[in-house]
Amino acid sequence: MNWEPVIGLEIHVQLKTRTKMFCRCANGFGGGPNTQTCPVCLAFPGALPVANKRAVEECIKLGLALECEIADRAVFHRKNYFYPDLPKAYQISQYDEPLCAGGRLAVPTADGDVVIGITRAHLEEDAAKNVHIAASGRLHGATATLVDFNRGGTPLVEIVTEPDLHDADTAKRFLQLLRQTVIELDLSDAELEKGSMRFDVNVSVRPAGSDELRTRTELKNMNSFNFAAKGIEREIARQIRIYEEGGTVEQETLHFDPTQEDSPPMRSKEEAQDYRYFPDPDLVPVHPPAELVDRLRSEIGELPGARIKRIADTLSFYDADVLVTGGLDRLWSDVVAAGADAKEAANVLANQFVAAGISPDDVDAGELAKLVAARSEIPRAAFDEALAKVGDAGFTAAPYLEQKVVADTSELDPIIERIIEANPGQAEQFRSGKEGLLGFFVGQVMKETGGKADPRVVNERVRSKLS
Amino acid sequence: MIDTLRLTAEEAWKLVDTKEISGGELFAAYLAAIGERDPELHAYLHVCKDPGGDGIPIAMKDVIGTKGVRTTAGSKILESYVPVFDSTVAARCKKFGLRLLGKTNTDEFAMGSSTENSAYGPSHNPWDPTRVPGGSGGGSAAAVSGGLAPWALGSDTGGSIKQPAALCGHVGLRPTYGTVSRYGVVAFASSLDQVGPVAKNVRDCAFLYSIIAGRDENDSTTVEVPEVELPTAEDLKGLRIGVPKEMNEADGIEPGVTAAVRAAIELAESLGAEVGECSLPRSVEYGVACYYLVAPAEASSNLGRYDGVRYGRRSDGADFREMLMNTRHDGFGDEPKRRIMIGTYALSSGYYDAYYGKAQRVRTMIRNEHAEVFEKFDLIVSPTSPTVAFKLGEKAGNPLAMYLNDLLTIPSCMAGLPGMNIPVGLSEGLPVGLQLIGPQFSENTLFRAGHALERAIGFDVVPERLR
Repeated sequence: MNWEPVIGLEIHVQLKTRTKMFCRCANGFGGGPNTQTCPVCLAFPGALPVANKRAVEECIKLGLALECEIADRAVFHRKNYFYPDLPKAYQISQYDEPLCAGGRLAVPTADGDVVIGITRAHLEEDAAKNVHIAASGRLHGATATLVDFNRGGTPLVEIVTEPDLHDADTAKRFLQLLRQTVIELDLSDAELEKGSMRFDVNVSVRPAGSDELRTRTELKNMNSFNFAAKGIEREIARQIRIYEEGGTVEQETLHFDPTQEDSPPMRSKEEAQDYRYFPDPDLVPVHPPAELVDRLRSEIGELPGARIKRIADTLSFYDADVLVTGGLDRLWSDVVAAGADAKEAANVLANQFVAAGISPDDVDAGELAKLVAARSEIPRAAFDEALAKVGDAGFTAAPYLEQKVVADTSELDPIIERIIEANPGQAEQFRSGKEGLLGFFVGQVMKETGGKADPRVVNERVRSKLS
Repeated sequence: MIDTLRLTAEEAWKLVDTKEISGGELFAAYLAAIGERDPELHAYLHVCKDPGGDGIPIAMKDVIGTKGVRTTAGSKILESYVPVFDSTVAARCKKFGLRLLGKTNTDEFAMGSSTENSAYGPSHNPWDPTRVPGGSGGGSAAAVSGGLAPWALGSDTGGSIKQPAALCGHVGLRPTYGTVSRYGVVAFASSLDQVGPVAKNVRDCAFLYSIIAGRDENDSTTVEVPEVELPTAEDLKGLRIGVPKEMNEADGIEPGVTAAVRAAIELAESLGAEVGECSLPRSVEYGVACYYLVAPAEASSNLGRYDGVRYGRRSDGADFREMLMNTRHDGFGDEPKRRIMIGTYALSSGYYDAYYGKAQRVRTMIRNEHAEVFEKFDLIVSPTSPTVAFKLGEKAGNPLAMYLNDLLTIPSCMAGLPGMNIPVGLSEGLPVGLQLIGPQFSENTLFRAGHALERAIGFDVVPERLR
């Protein structure tokens, strides 16, 4: 039987507002444990939440970018459960009257858009952080739990998709596109390693062609897009195996560990909590004024999805995708506008530039354009060095452009001959068919010339001298 | 010699203002009265040293958070809790120069109508110490009535200011919901809780209200309030007073109470008021039932924060869950436990619509029914309590009988309306209270009517046995 995977995503993004969601504590990391706290985020008796206006605006902005309807009236609900990192014993979240609902995000692919429905985007507060300590330093056998409330109360936007995804790769690309959207709207750092962007994945499979929704499992704890794709693929395979062996899939939450063969269950839904949602009487409903929504809409520029499609007209789809989701396409257009070749500039940015880890904001596009244009005319070493420094303040390409590659055979031939003479064994092996040794000779020549030789010319000369 | 039993806050203020006595001497006089009579009345849970200031003393119910002064809410679970911040009302009193005399007894988390649910033992009625002072604010009532404070702050969820004022023979105002900040006040039921003044007469009550009322940026549910007018008029000309049939003829109203209230209504007519009958059938029939869904539901969530993690009592346990359960088992008394259970049930999935959801709809109906009555009348009147002060222990074993005590105070609380008790006479030697209820923000009307009636009646607020 053919099986169709059905995938839905739930994403949490921490907003980088100046203050927390419901109090005036500084929002963000730094300082010792429990230094960014107050009676409100520590839930002292009588302390009351007051909604952060800025966070409301940012949630609306993200909702607009996701083509959601913005509610005339949105309500904060209490989600009740006991946990040490939840000081009020309820999380203030949104339930049946969220700020944003009914949107979509089109994920461009080489074969056209895949449109993913956005069920809702709502505001809530983050929990604090539990630190389990034990003599062994491991969770297993922990003897105590410490709670750091600095993170507690950080504004979070929760985005829930429709179960519109059917393969791991599109899910991964959706997440990348969403992340880039959030970053460009300047709402969040959306750093997976820091937890400022987190996501859970719901997976089920069904016979291809059917429209039923079977029991789904939830994958948690995936802190990279590649892990997510891997985890989804593994879970799809597991469920198909179960069905094909005549079994049933249990509704459960699975903890994804990329180093393990399978994903162990965290908790079964039989013990599912009853969160006893009800409207928080301490907060008043939010009524976003139409003028505010209009202003926020006007602040949104061309979104990443649209740019991928536009740039894919010039470059390959793959390059366009890498440039845009890597946040490099603006620099790319500036570099091209300054005279560099479009394809060449894309190659440099998508490869060496990304590897160098430089922020595109620090780069003078004009100088980078000069470098890209001269790439084949200056020594490789000079190019690499220049690229590593292209983000430095006051960087100019000129000194590197003065260095020219050595392509003159009258200069290169004596060096090549000397090296062949010094390595008779390798020369012999090459002649008897060990082609791989060509690289050895080229490398020696490059070393000898301090990286200034033109590798294409050296290649050709070494080959002719050895034949 | 300062007669604390008779001295009003206004008179006390004049004495200090004209330097006839110092603020310190006045404070000392109350401390002496407390030393003399509090062993019998047990109005206070905690008595303060003179904190200094420009003004006169004040007592505060122990649910009102006071920086550096133990605040227990009448519960063992907060036995060791000393707030690190002032509630907004405490801060406003402090800023005005009022000096905190001490914290007064209350039913645990303000849940009760007699103070018998206090974890620290009941307070006693100054008119007859074998009887209850009412509740939950029985401590503030006994303090004001027994000359242990010139005035006090109480809090009212379903009658906790008005009913004790009726049973102890003084004035108490439950303000319009949203006029007084709840920030820093230990929450019972957030959509109902309101702090209000407890005083010997209406002018003191109005003055204290003017100190505490007004928008607070720390409480989203507060609003700006109309300027408070200290009442002077001694007539009721032009005032339309409605007498809701169901609230004046309800089963269980004692004949002596009815007689005193009738006499007061006739007096109002003779002072120029237009008196007419009106009807609030559904508010009276469903008010108590509705209240006992809404209030416990909110309480079950509000009391979740007492988990032993950050402050207050902590009992031992092998893990978080066990520590949590032991802490709450040991820390809460029977009444909070009862209400947490009722409230948890009412909010549970599958029951929400039938209980909490329906109660909210009934609440809207109660609000509308009151609004209709206020199209024809400026205020409405009824007995505050169906009975005079009852004996300690008389109803303690019967929660339902205790709940019905609040039959007449609850409906207007559910509607968010202001209500004030003034003493109008005696029945069997014990005070009878008249409840005046007005539309939202009609405090000035209540003050005017209450003041004129109070002057005409000439009730002596000093308990007979202490004169």
